[in-house]
Amino acid sequence: MAAPGPLRRLLVKPELGALVGAVVVFAFFAVQSATFRSARGVANWLDPASTLGIMAVAVALLMIGGHFDLSAGVMTGTTALTVGVVATQFRQNLWVAIGVALLVALAIGFLNGWLVTRTGLPSFIITLGTFLMLQGLNLGLTKLFTDTVTVSGIDDAPGYAVAEWIFASRVEILGAELRVAVLWWLLFTALATWVLLRTRFGNWVFATGGDEVAARNVGVPARRTTIALFMTTAAAAWFVGTTLAVRLTSVQANTGIGQELIYIVAAVIGGCLLTGGFGSAVGASLGALIFGMTQLGIPYLRWDADWFYFFLGAMLLLAVVANRLVRRYAEAARR
Amino acid sequence: MTGEPGGAQEPTAPLLELRNVGKSYGSVIALEGISATVRAGEVTCVLGDNGAGKSTLIKILAGVHGADRGSVLLDGEPVSFGAPRDALDAGIATVYQDLAMIPLMAIWRNFFLGAEPTKGWGPFRRFDAARAKETTRHELAAMGIDIRDPDQPVGTLSGGERQSVAIARAVHFGARVLILDEPTSALGVKQAGVVLRYVAQARDRGVGVVLITHNPHHAYPVGNRFLVLNRGRSLGEFAKADISRDELTRLMAGGAELDALAHELERPAH
Repeated sequence: MAAPGPLRRLLVKPELGALVGAVVVFAFFAVQSATFRSARGVANWLDPASTLGIMAVAVALLMIGGHFDLSAGVMTGTTALTVGVVATQFRQNLWVAIGVALLVALAIGFLNGWLVTRTGLPSFIITLGTFLMLQGLNLGLTKLFTDTVTVSGIDDAPGYAVAEWIFASRVEILGAELRVAVLWWLLFTALATWVLLRTRFGNWVFATGGDEVAARNVGVPARRTTIALFMTTAAAAWFVGTTLAVRLTSVQANTGIGQELIYIVAAVIGGCLLTGGFGSAVGASLGALIFGMTQLGIPYLRWDADWFYFFLGAMLLLAVVANRLVRRYAEAARR
Repeated sequence: MTGEPGGAQEPTAPLLELRNVGKSYGSVIALEGISATVRAGEVTCVLGDNGAGKSTLIKILAGVHGADRGSVLLDGEPVSFGAPRDALDAGIATVYQDLAMIPLMAIWRNFFLGAEPTKGWGPFRRFDAARAKETTRHELAAMGIDIRDPDQPVGTLSGGERQSVAIARAVHFGARVLILDEPTSALGVKQAGVVLRYVAQARDRGVGVVLITHNPHHAYPVGNRFLVLNRGRSLGEFAKADISRDELTRLMAGGAELDALAHELERPAH
């Protein structure tokens, strides 16, 4: 068996494509726009990248484990609304509300995972079901409790000051005033990378997504792994939902709808295979970074913002084609 | 279970023994009156054509099914496995054709999948990757498999190399009896030779090997004893000294049937 060359070793890294993409996108906008490359500009495009990135990392873990979660986007809305309703309508301490929202999220994640492992149906369909149900619940319950489609006044709840410090404060780093979510994003990316590459659970995630039957044959608890991944995604949605609720102090009932596909796009640009068993957390974060840079770079160049989705779609196509070619080259069987 | 398989086994004591084993699925008799022995440091070949009952025999040995008649003896004691896990715990490892390996994962990750070594404690308990890589390299080298980079995905290995890694894994995790289900059937001549060399390696390390195959040319060079099955019945168990390769081939193919076929094929077409 010949040892692979350094080039082949580099190419087999799932996040390589996203890294190249991020550098190219950054260079493209930074050369043309002074605002984009200023400290203020950097802080601006890191902000959308951060909340998206937290979700993309969790969704990437789930995709590596072989599943999708279409309810991940609407779940950020569900948790944000839960925080708002419990704090303002039930007049609870904000931390009680945040705790209730976490329990709700974990229950939904468990339900998703349990249904997928029990029925053996594609997670795409199961979570499409929970997605639609949650969308209805978000609207229905919000109207029931507030008679409007908005929950507001979250900053009046006791405990808001500490929550604001944790979820929505700003920190100054190298002249840029960053949202604290950026730091959480970096922390979660590092944590997810460590779990994936350096723990037993991480090994099981790759194995469950790679070949579930084979994984079970050698004693991997594939079912538990899958459920844990769905609950991880739900917990990430809780974190992002809480961040939104605390930051904006009011939450719309349609929050998060449509975001689930963006998470998947970021994970795929980051090198995750749609078929599971391959991908990385760092890649998903780079995918989110590309998204953030493009979303704000286009208005900085005074282009019409409508072009944003065109670019995102083109990037996605480019990423999947490039990933496929690279993987074929890197893994060509040598006999 | 220790990683030192069968070193102290008496060469005369059979590790695993089948006595008049039979198995029926409903009214269909899949196996009847099968007797065989597996000794430490020997290869027992189970030969037979499709439908001869080879896979039923594997399932009984691997603990997937129980035997309906007769008895299975491990170290001279009758045993009955309720589940594959029981057989595995007793030191009987089965390498199936589909191998239970994940193509996209690195060799060392596959090697320890489901039995990952860890270090640290509590929330810092982590996969001891350095030890896993080193052990993988060492175990494969001990089997004579040269892997320079345990980081390469299993998918980049050839079929023969994958079989070899699966065998090395079973041996490392303390298999005393190693059951190989058609390990050479999907391979070319050269690759089959590679796998047979590793079968011999496992044998030389004191493992009792059960090699299931329909190819007498693969079985004869490596085997010590040969059990020939035909339609669920035993055509006899032979020591290598008692049977030649040609006799084995003839027996397997059904003797007279093969002669008739040869005669028919030799006839001119017109």
